[in-house]
Amino acid sequence: MKIVVCVKQVPDSWSERQLRADHRLDRDAAERVINDLDTYAVEAALQIVEQHGGETLALSMGPASAEEAVRKALQMGVDAGAVVTDDALAGSDAVATARVLAAAIASLGADLVVMGVESTDAKMSVVPAMVAEVLGWPMLTQAQALSIDGATATIERQTATGHDVVQADLPAVVSVVEKFNEPRYPSFKGITAAKKKTVDVLTLAGLGVDPTTVGTAGSPTSVAAAQPAPTRGAGVIVDEDPAAISALVDFLAERRLV
Amino acid sequence: MIDTRLSEEQQALQAEVARFAREVVAPVAAHHDETKTFPYAVVEQMAAMGLFGLPFPEEHGGMGGDYLTLCLAIEELARVDQSVAITLEAAVSLGAMPVYRFGSDEQKRRWLPELVSGSRLGAFGLTESGAGSDVASMRTTATRTASGWVINGTKEFITNSGTDITSLITVCAVTGRKDDGRPVLSSFLVPADSAGLTVEPAYSKVGWHASDTHPLTFANVEVGEDALLGAEGRGYSNFLSILDEGRIAIAALATGAAQGCVDESIKYAQQREAFGRPIAGFQSISFMIADMEARTETARAMWHHAAARMNAGLPYKKEAAIAKLVAGDAAMQNARAATQIHGGYGFMNEFLVARHYRDSKILEVGEGTSEVQRMIIARELGLPS
Ligand SMILES: Cc1cc2nc3c(=O)[nH]c(=O)nc-3n(C[C@H](O)[C@H](O)[C@H](O)COP(=O)(O)OP(=O)(O)OC[C@H]3O[C@@H](n4cnc5c(N)ncnc54)[C@H](O)[C@@H]3O)c2cc1C
Repeated sequence: MKIVVCVKQVPDSWSERQLRADHRLDRDAAERVINDLDTYAVEAALQIVEQHGGETLALSMGPASAEEAVRKALQMGVDAGAVVTDDALAGSDAVATARVLAAAIASLGADLVVMGVESTDAKMSVVPAMVAEVLGWPMLTQAQALSIDGATATIERQTATGHDVVQADLPAVVSVVEKFNEPRYPSFKGITAAKKKTVDVLTLAGLGVDPTTVGTAGSPTSVAAAQPAPTRGAGVIVDEDPAAISALVDFLAERRLV
Repeated sequence: MIDTRLSEEQQALQAEVARFAREVVAPVAAHHDETKTFPYAVVEQMAAMGLFGLPFPEEHGGMGGDYLTLCLAIEELARVDQSVAITLEAAVSLGAMPVYRFGSDEQKRRWLPELVSGSRLGAFGLTESGAGSDVASMRTTATRTASGWVINGTKEFITNSGTDITSLITVCAVTGRKDDGRPVLSSFLVPADSAGLTVEPAYSKVGWHASDTHPLTFANVEVGEDALLGAEGRGYSNFLSILDEGRIAIAALATGAAQGCVDESIKYAQQREAFGRPIAGFQSISFMIADMEARTETARAMWHHAAARMNAGLPYKKEAAIAKLVAGDAAMQNARAATQIHGGYGFMNEFLVARHYRDSKILEVGEGTSEVQRMIIARELGLPS
């Protein structure tokens, strides 16, 4: 079994993030880290391989620095890495990104692709499904658990009230949610070993992707305007008296939370 | 001056342990302190991360790092929780290290896998009620029998000796007398579940509440021939070398404590307002923090220096003693300053600085008091001490 885990390098969500004049995220303003949810995908892949054997590969699309996100996956125990990096990729939206990742996955070969359910910078949650669409593979979204039996993948899909059990034939794409697991912390042995693992650099030409279908030119999305989120207003403080109970119930009912 | 730059891998590990400390250790530290409970779940995760195997080679299940790398991890943990840091320090540097340094192949095969993986903890029993700094006053005896040894006596203040996962207690005991009456000391690997070994109730301590400390009683504890660690009569010198390197680890722990006080004080001083401005704006506060930072950096430079000398195979006894002395002092002084900066809140147990205040005192005492460090330094300078 060969599992490809897609990982993205994002600005650290703990730091102050800024927008550039073109309304896009200023990726140089904050420290770059691996997208947190992708570490859950890495953990899922490692657990599957620990149970069934096989190999894991971390794949990222981005600037040359994206290799750092791949290295983090290698430190956690992923066997090898690949980065698709190309000047023509700048400004790629979700559709263009999915096109590139799918081309790389097709070229690398995989029985299973595992991805985090969203990135902490764009938060669109669409790339995994788009990758599956381009590959023509089944897509299992929002997995909180995953098991492999022969050529079938079964997940528990997290829902608002519990979970659905969903199955698909391999090869398939699975997106995982936080509830899936607790990603392991890299050990010193893992950190040392990661340095010796190979990370291949893939180019658009090598993958046979037409540069006009990616980057700003190939992206149907454009950002027209952006506004900072409104600052939070003062809250309502309810005193500890009997009226507080009905005030709280009204508050929840107004927001359709009860 | 020796090169003390950290490798890329060491820096990466340091960052991961710092993240682990923030995400896993810090959130439950106050709870375990308040309830005086051993943080089994945290220790299990530390084991999964390989922290107990840091300085050991891969052939023994270790991570292939070195002593300095272990100390980096101890320092990061101590910033947020000294109890967890001392649990790691004692388990590795006092529990597993003597077996690794002085054990036979068979003893290593028997004990190292579980200690190095962190699934089990080792303890180190040297101190007695009448023998702390003055080890030669030790009373615990080990007497030869037909099939091995029988141990009798009591030990005090033994870290990690009574947890559910403690498997080994290495004990120092008198195995004879020299002509001048001084004791011949030897050390023994005693399984924690040995008949006749009683782990007495835990102490009520001032600090390190989530670290496990007990008195131990040995009443006719029989161990086999294979329990003797190293040669008979080598117990004292073996322990001394273990204590030499242990001082670097305690210095790293104390540096972490001192750093934790700096971290908390900077945050608090910027956010707490008095007389219309953040208290960081008062020079008496910012200078206090500047002094704290100076002590922390000095302590860190010194333990890195001692560890680098040790790694390079150079003598490091004096340097380790200096590191322990200045770092213990830095932790205690910084804890005092940090609680002062926190005002009344610094006296409330839920604040990290209050915990550092209680926890740091032992850093001037455990694994050799500050006076003992001065004795070592003076002796290394050729002075009578
Ligand atoms: C929480 C905790 C955990 C511990 N864990 C362990 C453990 O795991 N294993 C273990 O074996 N021990 C352990 N200890 C014991 C610790 O190492 C001793 O307490 C320490 O070495 C001091 O010994 P003592 O308490 O007997 O003090 P003493 O040696 O009696 O010292 C009392 C005072 O006299 C001073 N003094 C003594 N001799 C001299 C001298 N010649 N010149 C000047 N001053 C002197 C000392 O510096 C000190 O100020 C632990 C202690 C504590 C509190």
